[in-house]
Amino acid sequence: MAAVQTSGERALNKIAIVAVLIITIIFLAPIYWIVSTSFKPRNLATTIPPTVVFTPEISPFVKLMTKRSQLREQPTPEEYAAAPWWERMVFDGGEKVVRDGRGDVQWSAYPSRFLNSLIVAVTSTVLAVGMGTFTAYGFSRFKVKGEGDLLFFILSTRMLPPVVVAIPMFLMYRMVGLTDTHVGLIILYTAFNLSFSVWLMKGFIDEIPKEYEEAALVDGYTRMQAFFKIVLPEAATGIAATAVFCFITAWNEYAFALMMTNRRAQTAPPFIPSQVGSGLPDWTVIAAGTFLFLLPVAFFTFLLRNHLLRGMSFGAIRK
Amino acid sequence: MATAVMTTLDPKSRAASRGMSDLAIRNLFIIPTILFLIVFNIFPLAYSLGYSFTDFRASTNAPANFVGLQNYRDLLNDPYIWNNFAVTAKYVIISVVGQVVVGFGTAMLLNRDIPFKGLITTLLLLPMMLSMAVVGLFWKLLYDPSWGVINWALGLGKFEWLGDPRMALYAVAITDIWMWAPFVMLLSLAGLSAVPKHLYEAAAIDRAGPFYTFFRITLPLVAPILMIAIIFRTMEAFKTFDLAYVLSTQPSTEVIAIRLYKMAFQEWQTGRSCALAYIVLIMVLAITNIYVKYLNKVKER
Repeated sequence: MAAVQTSGERALNKIAIVAVLIITIIFLAPIYWIVSTSFKPRNLATTIPPTVVFTPEISPFVKLMTKRSQLREQPTPEEYAAAPWWERMVFDGGEKVVRDGRGDVQWSAYPSRFLNSLIVAVTSTVLAVGMGTFTAYGFSRFKVKGEGDLLFFILSTRMLPPVVVAIPMFLMYRMVGLTDTHVGLIILYTAFNLSFSVWLMKGFIDEIPKEYEEAALVDGYTRMQAFFKIVLPEAATGIAATAVFCFITAWNEYAFALMMTNRRAQTAPPFIPSQVGSGLPDWTVIAAGTFLFLLPVAFFTFLLRNHLLRGMSFGAIRK
Repeated sequence: MATAVMTTLDPKSRAASRGMSDLAIRNLFIIPTILFLIVFNIFPLAYSLGYSFTDFRASTNAPANFVGLQNYRDLLNDPYIWNNFAVTAKYVIISVVGQVVVGFGTAMLLNRDIPFKGLITTLLLLPMMLSMAVVGLFWKLLYDPSWGVINWALGLGKFEWLGDPRMALYAVAITDIWMWAPFVMLLSLAGLSAVPKHLYEAAAIDRAGPFYTFFRITLPLVAPILMIAIIFRTMEAFKTFDLAYVLSTQPSTEVIAIRLYKMAFQEWQTGRSCALAYIVLIMVLAITNIYVKYLNKVKER
């Protein structure tokens, strides 16, 4: 930190570098283990010592996507030769792919749960960020009576434990037939993310000089035109960052999904743990499902890296 | 919250005479959100407040009978509920202390001349962005006494992590620390990098020792941001559900959110669970209040 580094400083710095390296490796190890397990044959997933070097295969992903049953008898050589490559992988694992009466391959529930996650997360993000941007602009630019109390009220709705909200929501949804529907889950996630989006967007809009709009108003724009043509483009980065945060929150959400859905609208987070069950789970398949599920979030985290601090502090710390 | 940029709202201004008035736009932008939150958050809570005074069970068609404060009295006199709160408190302490030690320590290390600092920081932040339930589940394999990587790496033989009632809460907390220490690190790093360099230079000229520098310069200046991290993590740990529910079925890890879930959705004691939900709700709102005060304090600096 001092301008001139003493030899003691330099030695200390070397120690710090080594320590940071070790911490990074420890923190990434579980994630590496998920990824590597998702490419292992089943018998190598649970070995002692752990298998680190192996020939990667994609059989866990084939098994993840298909419905399978135990092989009662080995397939005949003709059957084996006639089967497509991915079906052979399932045969090799001592299982066979389930086909319906017409011989069509039966998909597992995973793709539909993944799709449910996508539908619910994307729709609720669009709604929460859309409404949140308008509301943030209202709070940022106009005098609002009891603004502090209203903003506290908005934030507090997000801080409630999901279980507390879920009990009455479950009873109400049951009355109107919204349990286990996409709409039901989308409403819950929108409400949950809306408060976050208002707080974060307000910070972003506060930073846009209000002189921009005032100049536009003098030029003959209406307030609405100024909002859509001046403020929204200026706030684009903020809107994108807020949207990614809302998407990740909705994508990862577990408690509401567990309590409000069970089949039709179930998302991936409650579905993946339900596959473990009792007995010996096939960890390669669980790892494959987990890996695919984590991919979008890992991608977005890298996109978002410069805004993480701001999002995590509800817009309080800007940097 | 007084930091909001305010424009003058003159209804007779030239701009306001065209198109919608500012007042109308303000109401159009704000009221739908407030209404949405009232309908989907406040109304349900009012609904469950009503049920908290009844013996309603959602699994039967029996009408709800008004029982007054009976549910609240029973809950506050129930030693099992107090035990759930004690488990939760223990969990909060272990996991928040762990996160602050690991997170703040890593931030101190990173606040130096480290090559690839940006990349390392981003990689370290990855765990907290992932789904607690899905990734937490995978820790079951890591903790497995027979073929878990953790026992193998630490040479612990067949050590029981999740199977041992005394160890299970620590195991869940360790996973939580892994996920959320990066959050404390991120906020601490922001605080540390905001400490003016000249203070350290002045301390060096005065030949101040490293302890003096840390306790008299670094810590006081980072404290407000660190407090935000601590309060936020305390609140989240208090509400914890996903990790403990996915990882463990031990009674020793039954935090209050899990008790509440079981009471409401497995035992179907709806009225009683509404009352417990209200007890938890009041506690969370109290912590939220403190949290918002700190957020505004940091914002105003």
